[in-house]
Amino acid sequence: MTAALTEGAADERVARRNPLRRLLVRPELGALIGAAALFVFFSVTADAFLQTSSFSTVLYASSTFGIMAVGVSLLMIGGEFDLSAGVLVTSAALVASLVSFQLTLNVWVGVLISLVVTLALGVLNGLLYVWTKLPSFIVTLATFLMLAGANLGVTKAVTGNVASDSISDMDGFKSAKRVFASEIGVVDHQIRISARPAVFTGPHVSITVLWWLLFTAVATWILLRTRAGNWIFAVGGNAASARAVGVPVARTKIGLFAGVAFCAWFSGMHLLFAFATVQSGEGVGNEFFYIICAVIGGCLLTGGYGSAVGAAIGAFIFGMVNKGIVYADWNPDWFRFFLGAALLAATVVNHLVRRRAER
Amino acid sequence: MTALVKLSGVGKDYGSVIALRDVSLEVAAGQVVCVLGDNGAGKSTLIKIIAGLHRHDTGTYEVAGEPVSFASPRDALDLGIATVYQDLAVVPLMPVWRNFFLGSEKRARFGRLDVEFMRRTTRDELLAMGIDLRDVDQPIGTLSGGERQCVAIARAVYFGAKVLVLDEPTAALGVKQAGVVLRYIVQARDRGLGVVFITHNPHHAYPVGDRFLILNRGRPLGYHDKSDITREELTALMAGGAELEQLAHELQATGAAEAAREVEDETRSLGIQDP
Ligand SMILES: Nc1ncnc2c1ncn2[C@@H]1O[C@H](COP(=O)(O)OP(=O)(O)OP(=O)(O)O)[C@@H](O)[C@H]1O
Ligand SMILES: [Mg+2]
Repeated sequence: MTAALTEGAADERVARRNPLRRLLVRPELGALIGAAALFVFFSVTADAFLQTSSFSTVLYASSTFGIMAVGVSLLMIGGEFDLSAGVLVTSAALVASLVSFQLTLNVWVGVLISLVVTLALGVLNGLLYVWTKLPSFIVTLATFLMLAGANLGVTKAVTGNVASDSISDMDGFKSAKRVFASEIGVVDHQIRISARPAVFTGPHVSITVLWWLLFTAVATWILLRTRAGNWIFAVGGNAASARAVGVPVARTKIGLFAGVAFCAWFSGMHLLFAFATVQSGEGVGNEFFYIICAVIGGCLLTGGYGSAVGAAIGAFIFGMVNKGIVYADWNPDWFRFFLGAALLAATVVNHLVRRRAER
Repeated sequence: MTALVKLSGVGKDYGSVIALRDVSLEVAAGQVVCVLGDNGAGKSTLIKIIAGLHRHDTGTYEVAGEPVSFASPRDALDLGIATVYQDLAVVPLMPVWRNFFLGSEKRARFGRLDVEFMRRTTRDELLAMGIDLRDVDQPIGTLSGGERQCVAIARAVYFGAKVLVLDEPTAALGVKQAGVVLRYIVQARDRGLGVVFITHNPHHAYPVGDRFLILNRGRPLGYHDKSDITREELTALMAGGAELEQLAHELQATGAAEAAREVEDETRSLGIQDP
């Protein structure tokens, strides 16, 4: 009798959750639809959009923001913001460049010192957040201002200029450029990596696109298949509950800030080895673009929900809008307008999708 | 035999609010201690101290004879003390199985989560409570309040190795599930666990409890062995005979004579009416 009752209840429950609803509950669904729509739109309106070289450019733009969006989206799922992420990229590049140049070291030494310094800055963001118990929005707004000022101040004091000196002829530059700022593509029917785009006879993309995909895959694995991922969702979804069942909330949050810093370091190294010199005022304002990528990709502003794949799709939308406007021969001034519209549309769609899924 | 958990003269303030004063309590292996009291009496505060969520300000807290002062609930869990919180401590947007294992995740090789094991265990443990969840992947926020409570209880029962602490675990439960929870408490006791059980319902407390601690405004009002107290006396202590009578007067004043008579009858039948 009891068995029959529970059987009946189970059947009814299964009927309530159909596969479509399961799909709808995915955080990245709204972004995926948006990306497809934009793709079709630009393919129709901009003739150049579908050429391989233009598409490589779109992917490149997507990747430079997408790499940062990986760390930023994880942090956002963990319930926090990092407004210093944009200038931290510049800081990372400046540290590597200034240290290598001033001390005449192999650039790889500068790269490693930059990694340590940038991670320390990320951990500092986390510690300040944990110690002060202030919203991360305020804490990182403060570090954003301090870093933006320090980037300019230190660079001017050391080089007498707003840009760092070129390190293109220093030891290790070539190998570092291969890792951080080369292209991968087809040379005579073979896949090759080269720092000089001219050597490619076939299609080629920036190596940052591969890094972007790799980072997104790793982040997805961390989120869904590791204990740390469980903790990230938990501290963002309900930090008090997470603490009550034994999740180290402070450690998880600090780790997430360090994750953003790692992405900033990588992006900074790309910047440095792509141009050999760094403009110390760069990066301001980019933090919002990273957040926009994550939000378009379905990350909830209040934390506890989202995905790295979604953030990657968000970055792709960002790249398409950014470059598609150019290929469509529109005034690039409109870029922000469209980005704002995409953000609004994405948040509304995500909100509706989630409400439906939860009902 | 040393007690698994022993509080002596424990006190706790929240800023200017005195939540707990001079409370002592002892739980030995194979013993159920019930904590009873009005709303705001300090029961949850007491439990949060045992669980490691708050630190006590005064008195001592010993686990297996060792004085402790937990920095976080992790420390308590590591000593085998598992808790069902009154607010359940779940993360609404996370799947049921992730909530079940949150903070105590089962890992396979290379730090990879053993997802299959955790899904299966969650389903089985809930099934054992009479909750048949076909989809342990649904966000726990979509479950009913009682189902959520069952998940929290099943989780504590699964992870509580030595001491089980339950803060009003039966509050949102139907008769059947409440029965299951009481059976769990008895089973845990028989397995040699110590249990701290908070409830407002004397009919739940009396059959399973070995000792009863009554709190009133943060202070202990009585600490009785089952042998020195009857179910009726316990009910009287909890409800506060005077208060029931007062309720009867109030009802009478508002003209609800019928209801007032019922309350009076109830008071009389419980044997708690002042002569
Ligand atoms: N975090 C807090 N900050 C300030 N005061 C608190 C806090 N938590 C509880 N209190 C106060 O401490 C007192 C005891 O609260 P507690 O939650 O322990 O009561 P309780 O016995 O569990 O009540 P209930 O039966 O309603 O669950 C109450 O007066 C409450 O207002
Ligand atoms: Mg309580």
